[in-house]
Amino acid sequence: MTNNEISKFTNTLLHLIFIILTITCLLPIVLVFMISITDYDTIVLNGYQFFPEKFSLEAYTYIFKDYTVIVKAYGVSIFVTVIGTLLSVFISSLYAYPISRADFRYRGIFAFLIFFTMLFGGGLVPWYMVYTQVLDLKNSVWALIVPMLLSPFNVLIMKTYFQMSVPPALIEASKIDGAGELRTFFRIVFPLSLPVFATIGLFNTLHYWNDWFNSMIFITDTDLYSLQYLMYKMISQADYLSRNGALIQGSATELAKLPGETIRMAMALIGIGPIVLAYPFFQRYFIRGLTLGSIKG
Amino acid sequence: MITQGKRSTVHTVQSQPVRLPAKKGSVFKHLLKHKVLLLMLLPGVVFLLINNYLPMFGIIIAFKNINYVDGILGSPWVGLDNFRFLFATSDAWIITRNTVLYNFVFIILNLVIAVSIAIALNELRNKLAAKFYQSIMFFPYFLSMVVVSYLVFAFLNVEYGFINKGVLSLFGLNELNWYSEPKYWPFILPLINLWKGVGYGCVIYLAAIIGIDSEYYEAALIDGASKWKQILHITIPLIRPVIIITTILAIGGIFRSDFGLFYQTTLNSGALYPTTLVIDTYVYNALINMGNLGMSAAAGLYQSLVGFFLVLGSNWIVRKVDKDQAVF
Repeated sequence: MTNNEISKFTNTLLHLIFIILTITCLLPIVLVFMISITDYDTIVLNGYQFFPEKFSLEAYTYIFKDYTVIVKAYGVSIFVTVIGTLLSVFISSLYAYPISRADFRYRGIFAFLIFFTMLFGGGLVPWYMVYTQVLDLKNSVWALIVPMLLSPFNVLIMKTYFQMSVPPALIEASKIDGAGELRTFFRIVFPLSLPVFATIGLFNTLHYWNDWFNSMIFITDTDLYSLQYLMYKMISQADYLSRNGALIQGSATELAKLPGETIRMAMALIGIGPIVLAYPFFQRYFIRGLTLGSIKG
Repeated sequence: MITQGKRSTVHTVQSQPVRLPAKKGSVFKHLLKHKVLLLMLLPGVVFLLINNYLPMFGIIIAFKNINYVDGILGSPWVGLDNFRFLFATSDAWIITRNTVLYNFVFIILNLVIAVSIAIALNELRNKLAAKFYQSIMFFPYFLSMVVVSYLVFAFLNVEYGFINKGVLSLFGLNELNWYSEPKYWPFILPLINLWKGVGYGCVIYLAAIIGIDSEYYEAALIDGASKWKQILHITIPLIRPVIIITTILAIGGIFRSDFGLFYQTTLNSGALYPTTLVIDTYVYNALINMGNLGMSAAAGLYQSLVGFFLVLGSNWIVRKVDKDQAVF
């Protein structure tokens, strides 16, 4: 067969471009990391640098001296992510399965009911009022979970997967053997569709973990701050650290010496942490899930 | 007469011993037969009614002068006053222009670059390296906008930022007030958006490219087509459906913005509003900071309605051009 590969020169050139691109993708995180381990006086003198003159771990020591604020925020984030992901995968699959069944006559109506929400919505104000006035979820941890329970995009991916991977004959056979719908769903459909459950589970995990918007509009109680929202507070309010410095540092008299800039960046890294660790595992499923979604959009 | 005659023939055909579902009672029977499936749908339906459909009735807020004493239903109607106020200010023009222009730039930039990267990745000889590059470029997609705002802040902070201290001062240039100068942000925001999203787009296009039958390329090679010609005449036309679908969805959303991008990375700095305020952040600010429910709701409805017609419109155009590629 004739060789249809690109020339050696083009290949090298492309590799070069990609090396630059990948470095660009990682550079900002390296910068934040470097700032977090820089000595505070060096920052005041030289600003943020990739190669600090003097290293120091004081930002991390400050943060870990009194860690209750961070531990609380981590707790909220983990709770919301775990419960939210489980519930939303459950509800999404329960919605996707019936509308994937060709023998279910009303699947069109229910499919329309969910996909119409992609086209039109009431807007933020009425939505906000439903959650605060009707459901009364202000300052409730459920305000961080409920709004993201069901997304049309996830349902679409699951529905497509069920249609492709579970042959109708199998469902028929299971029914002839005397299994009810629920039994068929949990014993036949679920095991055959594990990859899509994993994909959607990961999508949801990421959305719940990274969410700060719901905290921003529904939460004022500091005990219910999620990790992302705590980080938002730290960057959005320049004086947040000095006002709440006592929480971190213990003694208010030393506030002037608080290395605010480095603490901020150390905090950002503590917030990124779990995602970096989970990333290699995450991205494999994500790519598979996205591929699936794009083949049959 | 003719129609009656026709009908009766149909009827005679139907009354042959072909078993047809009985019309009456069959709906109920079918519902009963599928009662478990309906029960499975119940949680989702309840969610949709509360989270999506109930707020649609809340649209009336846009036509009322809301006060908390009378509630939503009891508050007085004001007709189109909220809209009149909204469009009388220069805000309406600024937020519309910003929203549409940014999204337009995002769509074009992300499409061109993501497709180019996907094609290049597919051509690399070393597949392991290609996978590695793809994984790294996908990484920013996983970061929350709050984290991204920190990364941007590390570069743009006026006092200590890397650009001011590490780059500009190195060349003896004046330090810039990034967070109070609106003119830089039309360049900064597309860059951030590209940085965060290009890996995601790339995965989708790469999946479509890998799905192309290699026989096309072999045939083209025999005909003497260069790599460039192959990309132009095989790869791009064959991934067109994916490009069209993502673009329709993006155009449909041209009136909506990535709230996090515009709110977090700009630190919601008021000085930047002329070039960074979009409909979403405007609605939020009007709701939370000014407590102006009516105008905020009016802006939200304006956004929803135009967005709705834009999706239908772009889909209609695609249908005219190529019927098979329309979404609905």
